[in-house]
Amino acid sequence: MSATVTRIKSEAEASLESAFAVARESLPGQAKVQALRDEAAALFACNGLPTRRVEAWHYTDLRAAMRTMLPLAQPPGKALIAKAGAALAPAAEGQVRAVLIDGYFIDELSVGLITSDITMRPLDVTLAEGDRVAIEILSTPNLGRGDAALALNTAFMQGGVEIDVEPGYHAALPVELIQINSADKPSAIFSRSMVRAGAGSKFTLLERHISLGTEAVQKNDALVLFTSGRSQVEHVFVRERAPDSQTHVHSLLLNVWEDVKLNSFALVEGGGLLRRQIFARFESERAELSLSGSTLLRGKDHADTTLVVDHANPHNSSREYFKHIVDGSATGVFQGKIIVAPHAQKTEGMMKSQTILTGVDAAMYNKPELEIFADDVTCGHGATVGALDPVQLFYAMSRGLPRADAETLLLEAFAGDAIDRVADESLRDMLIARVRSWLQRRAMS
Amino acid sequence: MLEIRNLHARIGDKEILKGLTLTVKDGEVAAIMGPNGSGKSTLSYVVSGREGYEVTAGEVFLNGENILDMPADERAAKGLFLAFQYPVEIPGVTTMTFLKAAMNSQRKHRGEAELSTPDFMKRVRTASDKLGVAQDMLRRALNVGFSGGEKKRMEVLQMTLLDPKFGILDETDSGLDIDALRVVAEGVNALRGDGRGFLVITHYQRLLEYIKPDSVHVMAAGRIVKSGGPELAHELEANGYRDYIGQAA
Repeated sequence: MSATVTRIKSEAEASLESAFAVARESLPGQAKVQALRDEAAALFACNGLPTRRVEAWHYTDLRAAMRTMLPLAQPPGKALIAKAGAALAPAAEGQVRAVLIDGYFIDELSVGLITSDITMRPLDVTLAEGDRVAIEILSTPNLGRGDAALALNTAFMQGGVEIDVEPGYHAALPVELIQINSADKPSAIFSRSMVRAGAGSKFTLLERHISLGTEAVQKNDALVLFTSGRSQVEHVFVRERAPDSQTHVHSLLLNVWEDVKLNSFALVEGGGLLRRQIFARFESERAELSLSGSTLLRGKDHADTTLVVDHANPHNSSREYFKHIVDGSATGVFQGKIIVAPHAQKTEGMMKSQTILTGVDAAMYNKPELEIFADDVTCGHGATVGALDPVQLFYAMSRGLPRADAETLLLEAFAGDAIDRVADESLRDMLIARVRSWLQRRAMS
Repeated sequence: MLEIRNLHARIGDKEILKGLTLTVKDGEVAAIMGPNGSGKSTLSYVVSGREGYEVTAGEVFLNGENILDMPADERAAKGLFLAFQYPVEIPGVTTMTFLKAAMNSQRKHRGEAELSTPDFMKRVRTASDKLGVAQDMLRRALNVGFSGGEKKRMEVLQMTLLDPKFGILDETDSGLDIDALRVVAEGVNALRGDGRGFLVITHYQRLLEYIKPDSVHVMAAGRIVKSGGPELAHELEANGYRDYIGQAA
């Protein structure tokens, strides 16, 4: 005799399903997009919000963190747009900048919508037009399949932006994608953006996440970064400190084609709950992928970096290098999985996660994994968790640095080690300045 | 002047310093020699304020001020400098950044203005030229990838720039070849005078050929068991420590 196990839907899950049923007809996109949404919604209805029972979410219980669903965010009014605009530094001459507020593309604040080399348009337009190739790329059929949080994003996706960089174009200034949460009232945000790097193009994408208010926000956003052959892309993700009331799932979906050099770095400043998940797939050969980041957590922050790098083809290399500083009673999570397909010979994959716990009640969970089915590969991983080195601390203090300054100096060097992987010098300086500022606030608290 | 009175210190349940008393006058260079495990390095750490040691009795005065309750940075700002036996590597912090942070921290503690960048650069260039420290070393992470000789030279460069009132050299000769030893010793000798005292900790008489001490003290089992002039170092070199090990026990 067997019993059927029925999963009891939580209030949030039931609300999300009802909200989708109500919003379905008004969400942008034609039949193909609708089919994607329906498929994703069905997957979500079957799986629900991820819990500790889902292995990939073992250390981040989204179901427990999202007990209710907040109302879907509405397009921002003029006052909010003005407030957000005031918070941004003016774009430099020739700079391309896309601004989203609560997931919605804001024409007034975006700069360089159409240049001869870069085209930018709201995702709603892409979805409505239904270009077969664009929708195919946007749907990322080979990335993150089965992930319920990503499925939720697919079901509800609206807002967002599509940015296309022409083949062969080399951008002198970073292309900016700025995502602002107004957080002026409780809201749920679902946006998806797509950046297509034309063949042989070379540019830096600066993706910033900023929170203006302090109201509770449930944010689920995704970025599809689709590279074409020989493109060189540096992606710098900055999640500025968010209010503790924020629950944020960010999915980064990377298609890496032949001879591509893709370098993605993330600075995470904590605040509330963040799940940052990266799904990367080598679609061809001879590409180099670097994923790195520095995570700074304090208070009761919870930040989870989970990545899956799929070496689906031979002769590719990936490097993953993450640093975490976990203070107070914060919790950090790093899960990294490198998969090497049976025919993906000559794969190189090296993954490292290093953590310094500075808080008495701080915790860090590391789970590096290798799934190797080919026999001619060089792969490895390592993870360390420890306190600040007392000998280094004493050495610095013996030269006259007060303890707080000595700690700041050592922690800055620790986080800066990952920042060194960013090639753009001005962005490196900006990142170090942010780390320094975070550490100074830590020292004063 | 450094004055240590009846110093007792331990790590956990193990007592390492067992009533050590020693006075080093202004301008004096005192050498401490002793066998392995006699507590020489512990003495240098306890005096300079390393955490993890429990001082159970005694006092340490630097120029008349008891420094035992001060953290290491305050002792440094008061003019104490420890040249490490094993200088510590600090990845990610350039030597120049570290030097500037150290110098300005001490100045701030003493109520002095921070050094301007040109002034700082001038001081560093002058001192590093004298010690034969290449400029590119100053741009590298502190002590990372440095040879043993380069690390010790960097210790002397730091001591020169921080201009302490009292220096403790913990087995500065270890890991050095003769040429490196000579350069380091010359750097130390250049700082003698002006009332600056030194405590030179060493196993061997070799270092004392280059840094001539005014007094030599034998340390065994956590205490000073004999004091004398420079001739004591020669005697130890000839006879070893066996007489003192028994005496200390």
